[in-house]
Amino acid sequence: MSDRAATPKISVSGVHKWFGPKHVLDGVDIDCARGESLVVIGGSGTGKSVLIKCILGLLRPEAGSIRIDGVETVGLGRAARERLMQKFGMLFQGSALFDSLRVWENVAFGLIQGRGMARTKAKEIALAKLAAVGLGPEVGELRPAELSGGMQKRVALARAIAAEPEIIFFDEPTTGLDPIMADVINDLIIKCVREVGATAVSITHDMVSARKIADRIAMLHKGRIVWQGPTAEIDRTDNPFVDQFVHGRAEGPIQMEVRAA
Amino acid sequence: MISFLASVGALFLAFLTGTGRIALFAVMSLAAVLTPPYYPRLMLRQIVNIGYFSLPVVGLTAIFTGMVLALQSYTGFSRFAAESAVATVVVLSVTRELGPVIAGLMVAGRVGAAMAAEIGTMRVTDQIDALTTLSTDPLRYLVLPRLLAGLLTLPALVLVADIIGVFGGFLVSNYKLGFNPSAYLARTVDYLQARDVIDGLVKAAVFGFIVALMGCYHGYNSRGGAEGVGQATTYAVVSASILILVTDYLLTAAFFSR
Repeated sequence: MSDRAATPKISVSGVHKWFGPKHVLDGVDIDCARGESLVVIGGSGTGKSVLIKCILGLLRPEAGSIRIDGVETVGLGRAARERLMQKFGMLFQGSALFDSLRVWENVAFGLIQGRGMARTKAKEIALAKLAAVGLGPEVGELRPAELSGGMQKRVALARAIAAEPEIIFFDEPTTGLDPIMADVINDLIIKCVREVGATAVSITHDMVSARKIADRIAMLHKGRIVWQGPTAEIDRTDNPFVDQFVHGRAEGPIQMEVRAA
Repeated sequence: MISFLASVGALFLAFLTGTGRIALFAVMSLAAVLTPPYYPRLMLRQIVNIGYFSLPVVGLTAIFTGMVLALQSYTGFSRFAAESAVATVVVLSVTRELGPVIAGLMVAGRVGAAMAAEIGTMRVTDQIDALTTLSTDPLRYLVLPRLLAGLLTLPALVLVADIIGVFGGFLVSNYKLGFNPSAYLARTVDYLQARDVIDGLVKAAVFGFIVALMGCYHGYNSRGGAEGVGQATTYAVVSASILILVTDYLLTAAFFSR
């Protein structure tokens, strides 16, 4: 096996993150192989979004190492960070589409502003990506506020894959959608990630979605990875945290915090 | 006594921390001007928004300010038989002081609040994080065009406000106070120096920068959903208004000592 293939695409080790007195990430260790689809599950407030934001560089961890293709990314300068961002695509939980821009401009934003592509060429690519997520060219001329929640998720997915990134992050991709639209989004995620040939990291508490899109699942609890393994293993493990979470039981080792610390 | 001193010390430290954060925010945003990419279209949009769309509100306040000023100064000067000084007082007060301050405060209420609300909403809906993930520096894309537009546009707006304000004083002096129009205009021009107008425009540039900086800073750092955006908007307008008045005194003192 070559060094490139052996090096994890993403390697997170000993990452700690505090918000004031709250210790959100307490030494997270996890790797993601090239081309793999990793899903991180866990209850609300366990640090899933913070973990993804640390990997993206939107938050800086207080301790630990985050390597992309074997290169340390914690503490990167502004210019190096902007270059690294070109490897990433991100689908935000609330879609995070720019209200002031039309749909096609949202999809083409990274190509035009991030990579300096001409608007006509970027529009062609944006319309092709919209078609890939099942939206016609007429949708491209609308504003995000004119779209339903499911359509906004599709546009956000088109934007995430528009620049054909090497790594795509999905933050709660099916939250707030009905089961049918959630399944449509799951299928689109699988299709798009395969077409682009990207490595995918998703965070969710939707087990149906996790089972469908994951090659490997990891569970985060109180800022630590308490279990990880192939998707098929999730129903066979005797890990009490996974067992309680997967079966949605109130009784067990996971005690939900009633209010944020 | 010790707890009182500790409270004063904590307040002072919080003030210094806040000042440092705002200064750092401004320096980091302005540093983006040194390297491409630039966003002239976004800056033009902000110039139109700050300048053109603020004209009605600034023009209206300027004309009434000039009118009130003529009436009030006439009331005072007539007691000393110095009514002829009304034209000079109106033009100097408007160009050196009231034009920039009134326009600054109006723009703080109209534009500063809108900037804080727009950028704050982008913050709480993850749109600013989305910009970063799309290889776009949010300070360069969102903040720098607004800072430069504020800096460049308010002087132009104040120049128009000066003219409208002086015209307001002229209207009242001629139609209500019975001044001779040509004598009034002659006294307006005779005692006005270029320095009076330029000092006012320098103030306007500083006020424009302050309004944009406060709007962007409070919006950029807003937290906690709709309530946080509302707070950011309030902070932006209040802090810009206070800073305009404080800076106005400091600049006036600096110009006065020349």
